[in-house]
Amino acid sequence: MSLITALLAGAIMYAVSVLYAGIGETFTERAGIMNLGIEGIMLMGAVTGCLTALKTQSLALSMLAVMLVGAVFGLVFAFLTVTLQSDQTVCGMAILVFGSALSGYLGKNIASTPINLKFQAVKIPLLGDIPFIGEIFFNQNILVYIMYIILPLSVFYIYKTRWGLKLRALGENPAVLDAAGENVFAMRYAYIIFGTVMMAISGAFVSLAHTNVWQDEMTAGKGWIAFALVAFAAWNPAKLALGALLFGFISNLGSNLQIYLPQIPSEIYAMMPYLVTIIVFIVSTGSFRNKRTDQPAMLAKPYNREDR
Amino acid sequence: MRGLKYRIRFEKREKISTLRVLLVTLLCVALALVFCGIIIAATGFEPLKVYREMFLKSFLSQKGFQKMLTASLPLIFCSLGVALAFRMNLNNIGAEGQYAIGVIAGGAFVFYGPHIEGFPGILLLALCCFLGGALWASIAAIPKALWNVNESITTLLMNYIALEILTYLCLGPWKMSGQNVAQTERIPEGLDLPELHVFGFDISVGIIIGIIAAVIIYIVYKHTTGGYELNVISHSTKSAEYAGMNIKRNVILVLAVSGGLAGLGGFAQYSGVTHRIMEGMPNGVGYTAIVVAYLSRLNPLVVVIVSLLFVGLQNSTVYVQIMGVSVRIASMMQGAIMLFVIAGEFFQRYRIIVTGKEVAAE
Repeated sequence: MSLITALLAGAIMYAVSVLYAGIGETFTERAGIMNLGIEGIMLMGAVTGCLTALKTQSLALSMLAVMLVGAVFGLVFAFLTVTLQSDQTVCGMAILVFGSALSGYLGKNIASTPINLKFQAVKIPLLGDIPFIGEIFFNQNILVYIMYIILPLSVFYIYKTRWGLKLRALGENPAVLDAAGENVFAMRYAYIIFGTVMMAISGAFVSLAHTNVWQDEMTAGKGWIAFALVAFAAWNPAKLALGALLFGFISNLGSNLQIYLPQIPSEIYAMMPYLVTIIVFIVSTGSFRNKRTDQPAMLAKPYNREDR
Repeated sequence: MRGLKYRIRFEKREKISTLRVLLVTLLCVALALVFCGIIIAATGFEPLKVYREMFLKSFLSQKGFQKMLTASLPLIFCSLGVALAFRMNLNNIGAEGQYAIGVIAGGAFVFYGPHIEGFPGILLLALCCFLGGALWASIAAIPKALWNVNESITTLLMNYIALEILTYLCLGPWKMSGQNVAQTERIPEGLDLPELHVFGFDISVGIIIGIIAAVIIYIVYKHTTGGYELNVISHSTKSAEYAGMNIKRNVILVLAVSGGLAGLGGFAQYSGVTHRIMEGMPNGVGYTAIVVAYLSRLNPLVVVIVSLLFVGLQNSTVYVQIMGVSVRIASMMQGAIMLFVIAGEFFQRYRIIVTGKEVAAE
């Protein structure tokens, strides 16, 4: 594999590791709920994946456990923010602190122990043989392929289906949906849980596909990068994928350049993705010249029937 | 057959008494401890034994108590800073990074600045740390003030950059010569925060500074024009604008001071506890500060008390690590406490009414 194909294939790996969480957050925010706890849920997904993989030696069971843990966290978050109408920022922080600490607590005995199980790259027969493109796109692991399917489906869902229309209304004007006889609360529960399940999968991607080892705080801010990318992408999964690719390319470029330019301190490479994300975030979301925003109007505002 | 049909209704309370808030909060903390106890038991430890060990050694022994007083200042400063920003609805999640840059600015003074020791030297060191943190926070504050860029993301992502810079300095130019540890040389002893001897305790003046700082901030909130403006802006930016208050200036000022306070947290650790700069020095204090600020209801005086309790909790992990329990048990308990208290808040605001109605069942 040439340098450039390796670079791009690696960029896709990085991109997908934030994309699951990003798509989860996109749906959650479209539903009018802001979940700041992504990082904590990702870490819980990462540790659950490793623990189950070690115990059961099965990737399928691991992913099942990961999704279950994600759903439990989603249920708690939904209960606090939808039923009890607590402040979403504060709830997100609490989930973040609790999730990352619990993951460290549970993973203590397996920290830095390599697992003999990993999502390996599988070459897709015909497509994988296409020169250049095949090596980049079709010599990846199964979670990447699943993302290739989820991505267009989620764009289609949001913009082309009845359910997607309802989802958008949920974030813009839930009172109208309520008046039309839709169950606003149940819908928000569902989207929050879908979101946290995706976040947990993102975490498991980091610990079982990107590497095959658990380390404390191993997601290293990927949850926050996903959060920033969602706003950058104006809540559109297609743009989100572009943002994730940019992030993935820069992260991967850093780890590759290090081999060729070792005189530059490794910390510079390590801070690049964060730096670029901040700059891109400021440029893309800043309200220069009173630019119209695509942010769901009711984002982070609890829906209360009495307040109508 | 006849049956009873119950209906549950929530009704907003007109007044929420302080006693009620206190009781519900304590109940939630207790529930959080039970919940963590279940996790501790599920991972093969005896919760009561673990809790007893933590509590006795960290809170009820003289050594533990002393350590709690000495080590609490960084968290007090960071939490005061975070609470200040939260007061204006600004989510400063970057205390961790502001702390790190504060330490770096302090280090720059120690390594390159004039060699002043004693009280003026300590004061200058503190000032440098404050400015470092304030400057770092301003990088996020200016885009927020001018273009309304979400500050929670910028402050948070900047933490990772700050920690990388810290690592670079500790492993590179500032590295202690001769030893293979990511830390710098010790600061001159003339720059140490002095210790006081009261009733047989060795107390770093840190805790006294912390209390004074909290009282000053409390007075600023309650009795100055600045504090009043803060209060108005946090409730309604529109009314504040109408009253002619400069919101942009206030956003930058508040975030900068908030970052400066976190930088002072770095100063407290540098000059009062470790006496040298180390890789990963903030060690999560900036994140714990978020929990402390929330649980204290942003009240600076309560911040001091909650910080003390949290530092005691953090210190107690040393005693249970011998049993094989992870250090993260303290943060886990803190996170769980926060979750339960958030849930409990609902029951402070609302009254639950259960009405039974007799209905005929088929």
